Amino acid sequence: MTDTPIDRMTRATPRSVARRVRGLSDRAIAWLFVAPTIFLLLAINIFPLIWTVRLSFTNFAANRPGREVEWVGLRNYERILTSDGIWSNMQTTAHFLIWTITLQVVIGFTLAWLINRKFKGNDLLTTLIVLPMMLSPAVVGNFWTFLYQPQIGLFNYMVELLTGTPASSFSMLGAGGLAKWSIIIVDTWMWTPFVMLICLAGLRSIPDYIYEAAEVDRASKWRQFWTITVPMVLPFLMLAVLFRGIENFKMFDMVVLLTGGGPGNETLLASIDLKREAFEKWRTGYSSAYAIILFVTVFGLASIYVKALNKVKER
Amino acid sequence: MKARLLTATAVGAVLSVAVLTANVASAQSNELTLCWAAWDPANALVELSKDFEAQSGIKMKFEFVPWPNFADRMLNELNSGGQLCDLLIGDSQWIGGGAENGHYIKLNDFFAAESISMDDFAPATVYAYSTWPKGEPNYYALPAMGDANGWFYRKDWFEREDIKAAYKEATGQDLREPESQKELLQIAQFFQGREIDGQTVYGASIFTERGSEGITMGATGALYAWGFKYENTPGAYDMEGAVNSPAAVEALEFYKELYKTATPPGYDNAYMEQSLDAFKSGQVAMAMNWFAFFPGLAADPTVGGDKIDFFVNPAQNQPASTLGGQGISVVSYSDNVDGALQYIKWFAQPDVQQKWWSMGGYSCHVAVLNDPGFKDSAPFAADFLAAMDNVYDFWQEPAYASLLLAMQDRLHNYVVADQGTAQEALDGLIADWTEVFEDEGKL
Repeated sequence: MTDTPIDRMTRATPRSVARRVRGLSDRAIAWLFVAPTIFLLLAINIFPLIWTVRLSFTNFAANRPGREVEWVGLRNYERILTSDGIWSNMQTTAHFLIWTITLQVVIGFTLAWLINRKFKGNDLLTTLIVLPMMLSPAVVGNFWTFLYQPQIGLFNYMVELLTGTPASSFSMLGAGGLAKWSIIIVDTWMWTPFVMLICLAGLRSIPDYIYEAAEVDRASKWRQFWTITVPMVLPFLMLAVLFRGIENFKMFDMVVLLTGGGPGNETLLASIDLKREAFEKWRTGYSSAYAIILFVTVFGLASIYVKALNKVKER
Repeated sequence: MKARLLTATAVGAVLSVAVLTANVASAQSNELTLCWAAWDPANALVELSKDFEAQSGIKMKFEFVPWPNFADRMLNELNSGGQLCDLLIGDSQWIGGGAENGHYIKLNDFFAAESISMDDFAPATVYAYSTWPKGEPNYYALPAMGDANGWFYRKDWFEREDIKAAYKEATGQDLREPESQKELLQIAQFFQGREIDGQTVYGASIFTERGSEGITMGATGALYAWGFKYENTPGAYDMEGAVNSPAAVEALEFYKELYKTATPPGYDNAYMEQSLDAFKSGQVAMAMNWFAFFPGLAADPTVGGDKIDFFVNPAQNQPASTLGGQGISVVSYSDNVDGALQYIKWFAQPDVQQKWWSMGGYSCHVAVLNDPGFKDSAPFAADFLAAMDNVYDFWQEPAYASLLLAMQDRLHNYVVADQGTAQEALDGLIADWTEVFEDEGKL
């Protein structure tokens, strides 16, 4: 008779423990294992969320322990939803999201499509392309700050070389109108490889025989692209968009290092504004309401998107 | 036998923990941690404090945080009731929050018991660094480091005959230390883009930083000089007509013109460090910064010595300088309050204050400031005295952070990001501040 791993484990279990566990149902043992995780989840995620909802109806300020906390009802929500500043930040966030995702999808898919072909140096090129996403956002933020420097920055120098515009005559991070594009450029540079990798996985998952069948049916390359490649890569692409959308909605570190939300409020994303309200102005009740609004927005959009993604996958 | 062994082990463990705890407690009572910003004067204070260590037997530890993170780090520490700092040299604007939220210990009884008189310190510094409510004789700090925003310039360039002649030709005036804000602008514009020794130089480096307090500290230098006031009636929070007065609008337009026409490219988020960098690298003819940096600049091997000179913030409608500087407070959460008070008592002594000044700290003690030799003791000493005679400070309310960030946003939006007009910026600022004071229950 062979000795199974379960037999060996049973023999290795101390008798005192075995005595205690014996008599428990499988369900009880399962709960025993899951309980610590559930407890941590409740303590770290659910309780703070409920507490945040409660705080959002008060004027609580974490830096004013002595001040009486008043119940203000929906006032915080009303002030946020009627604030021009907040809507402006939301528009800035939307601008950043739409442009970064659009550029990353277009460039990422194109790169994946090119890389998918067999050619010499393919592996080396792929490695080089994915390098930016391996860097820390703090590093990226700092060195792009230098690249954008009007007097010594390589970016401005290249612009001067290509267009004749003097390098020191414009500041990507400090000029109104340019700063919001400067953060889009950096995010696109850093995260396009991520979209490319996901698209590449999608492209490589398409069986060759489908293209061979299309060739037999005399389908043109253009038709093959739109009727085979795009539909079969679409679920992967949508997943990449979901990941990038969620990541960029909460974008903080890189933009703080590049512009700090400036000049003025031109690159003040909602996440940066929320941090200022919560931990610099210490308007805890107000910022709790702000956080709930952002949470509901992301959760709602993500839910709709996931449903659409599932529909695409079912096709 | 086994039970006896276990008991002995347990007793041993408990005794070890007790001895260890007693040692830690004893070590804590013999240690003080002083928190401040990481800058030149802090290094001088480390040296100065060695005398205190020798006299008292208390070991000094220091926690210095770089300026951009100083307020965040320290205010979080205070708000969380942290015990990191026994002594804190905090910004003047924190005094209201420190007092009202119970972060700082009120020092009146201690001062009375130790015969420390606030009359021994410059009145402007006592008012700004120690009292809350403002001007009331309730002291929460001892004036520790007097400071104001001043200017320094390339004296060697100002004295060159070719440059003087070019300036005369361009403006019809003599090149000299500016005596008004408008003259400062004219000089800065003259130097902007000029070739000196084969290098393109610029007019002036000014504060434009957005994240903490930079642009507010810089622009108020112009605003105060034009006569800007926070309220029509002190304590009434009636800001309409004061904050957005025609003079204030003109001053803000002036600051924007200075930024747009006379500063180096890329200095759109510049504060103390960037101002020093621009000057030390020979890029600018003039720069603004806190007096605290002036001893280091005067001794700089590249641009110090004969190449540099200093001037007080020029007047326009009135002489005025933006107040910097800090008082030293005892943190109420400290587990060594007695030691902290002992340090303050030692620091308040005139001879210690004299040594503090000689080492690079800016004493606020009248025995130092009124000394006949003070004005000649450093090339910037007379300017420092002139500045401290006319200093103005930002709100010192408990909600100062909200008030400050609102001003940072409004000023940066207008000056750097070209959004709206000066009038709109100041009108918007009143709206923001009104909302804060309404939340505070003061309006």
